[in-house]
Amino acid sequence: MAFNYDKYLRLEKMPTLWCWGCGDGVILKAVIRAIDKCGWKQDDVCVVSGIGCSGRFSSYVDFNTVHTTHGRTVAFATGVKLANPDKHVICVAGDGDALAIGGNHTIHGCRRNIDINMIVINNFIYGLTNSQTSPTTPQGMWTVSQKAGNIDPTFDACKLAIASGASFVARETMLDPKKLERILVKGFEHNGFSFFDVMSNCHINLGRKNKMQSAMENLDWIDSITTPLSKFEKLSEEEQLNMFPTGVLKHDTNAREYCDMYEDIKAVQQGKRKVITQDDFEKKI
Amino acid sequence: MATREIISTGNDLAAIAAVDAGCEFFGGYPITPSSEVMHTISDLLPKNGGAAIQMEDEIAGVACAIGASMSGVRSMTATSGPGISLKAENLGLAQMAEVPLVVVNVMRGGPSTGLPTRVSQGDVAQAKNPSHGDYKSITVCAGDLAECYTETVRAFNLADRFMQPVFVLLDETLGHMHGKAMIPTKEEVKAGIKLRKTFDGPAEEYRPYGVAQDEPAVLNPMFKGYRYHFTGLHHDGKGFPTEEITTCRLLIERLFNKVEAHEDELESYEEYMMDDADFMIIAYGSVSLAAKETIRHLRKDGIKAGLFRPITLWPSPAAKIKEWTSKIQDVLCVELNIGQYRDEVQRASGRLDIEGLFKVNGRALSPYEIVEKVKEMRGN
Repeated sequence: MAFNYDKYLRLEKMPTLWCWGCGDGVILKAVIRAIDKCGWKQDDVCVVSGIGCSGRFSSYVDFNTVHTTHGRTVAFATGVKLANPDKHVICVAGDGDALAIGGNHTIHGCRRNIDINMIVINNFIYGLTNSQTSPTTPQGMWTVSQKAGNIDPTFDACKLAIASGASFVARETMLDPKKLERILVKGFEHNGFSFFDVMSNCHINLGRKNKMQSAMENLDWIDSITTPLSKFEKLSEEEQLNMFPTGVLKHDTNAREYCDMYEDIKAVQQGKRKVITQDDFEKKI
Repeated sequence: MATREIISTGNDLAAIAAVDAGCEFFGGYPITPSSEVMHTISDLLPKNGGAAIQMEDEIAGVACAIGASMSGVRSMTATSGPGISLKAENLGLAQMAEVPLVVVNVMRGGPSTGLPTRVSQGDVAQAKNPSHGDYKSITVCAGDLAECYTETVRAFNLADRFMQPVFVLLDETLGHMHGKAMIPTKEEVKAGIKLRKTFDGPAEEYRPYGVAQDEPAVLNPMFKGYRYHFTGLHHDGKGFPTEEITTCRLLIERLFNKVEAHEDELESYEEYMMDDADFMIIAYGSVSLAAKETIRHLRKDGIKAGLFRPITLWPSPAAKIKEWTSKIQDVLCVELNIGQYRDEVQRASGRLDIEGLFKVNGRALSPYEIVEKVKEMRGN
């Protein structure tokens, strides 16, 4: 039986303002199915979005929703989560949102390992505002702010998340919604910071300007730059240079979650345990 | 009023007041001279079941505090001028989405990095309009140690009453002043707590922003069956983005009017030896302590001086200022900035001959400097 999304959607807000063929809708549906699969009650979920096309995500889904300022999703979500540790918090941000203006919050959300699920909808461009360079725009592509060709080096969002200490890091594309759903479920169920780099198309403001005239051509390009981790590992260094591995890239179930650790602070201050020292941690430096 | 004696600092008193007023969340970032607020509340909140977190920057400090408040708990951040500059955008979101929040600003010398460890009142104008766009700020200003406590408590109740950020202005002198203060008992504070309104009708009828033009939004806590939307975009009664022309206009007008229509609930000032005064000093914050000392000296010398001290700076007690400045010719604003509040006194009084004594070198004003200025104005 087909999945019925109605319960989770704010139907009066449909249609979305996303362009025809945009990947955001596919991702939105996968997120809804993943939440459903996790068995989370709508009342127990808070979805926090930032600014950009992905910023509108929160207004379409029937949860406790917050549309915040540019780049600050994780910071707002940290307040919601720490004040309500038993609830589920999902951030939806764009590549500019999460990796440029909000890069600092992304890093420190990962480092704290607070139980927030951060979905970065990575379409390699500032789509809403007409094609400015984003931190993931490949070098040499045309952008409206670099009409001579983009020279800004890019970086790998997942590598950043892994290095920053997120305990669950995964990459998937919107090309395989079922796979995306499975990976979201895995991350949602993980207790700790879950970071998802979800690659999506913007054929309107990236594709058309870069020899990918249709959504399909944009998707073909995404397909050509991604491969499952197991295959990626077998590639030569040279081949890896132009390929992103997909799947679960890190899943550390031993790392302690921030709200859980904060319970220790409460216990110390309430005289229920002795002060936390370096002996309480395996990693001393 | 039942009181208790406490020996503490202004910064610590703000932290203690927050917890006594039912604050459950603090988000902040270290900055001189306000850091002690965070130091103290980081012990007190977890002790009382709440949470305090030092974030990665000032922006995140206010953002997480707003996030916690959106979820329904009383929440606070504390900083100094440079921190307010960084927090400004998110304070605008809290104005627009009508999220209550207490923002303690322990003022230091500016602009920019300025004089980090020294006193100033340079953020008074900033407190009125920290963020872009139109809204009506609420700012209270403590005048002594006890008020570092009582004004913080009042700020929490005002934030919930008007559903917006409320600034508590301290200055470096007050923040670091250590001494005895008589403050209300915890029971007294608890009895005075007035939490934000909530809606308890059927969820399908809930319109958080669909309120009368002189009322604030009614924002239920999250996770309780009333799912709605916060946004910094112009929004309709249900909180969803809109560009409909009338809705947009009414929203911004309401953000103004919800405060303007109820200024009587906000007005707060002190009149010190004003009964027979023919010379009025206007001062607030730690400067008012020097001003009171000045007045005692002046009276010995036969000058009938009095002090008018606004406690709620924004909105200003404009009618009261007009009343006094109509009666008294000699008016002197004494500030640790270049007349940021004198501008308001001039506006409220309609007089451009309001004198000023301003000091901006990071040092406190001594009563003797004020005495000298008054005598100069009086021609002796």
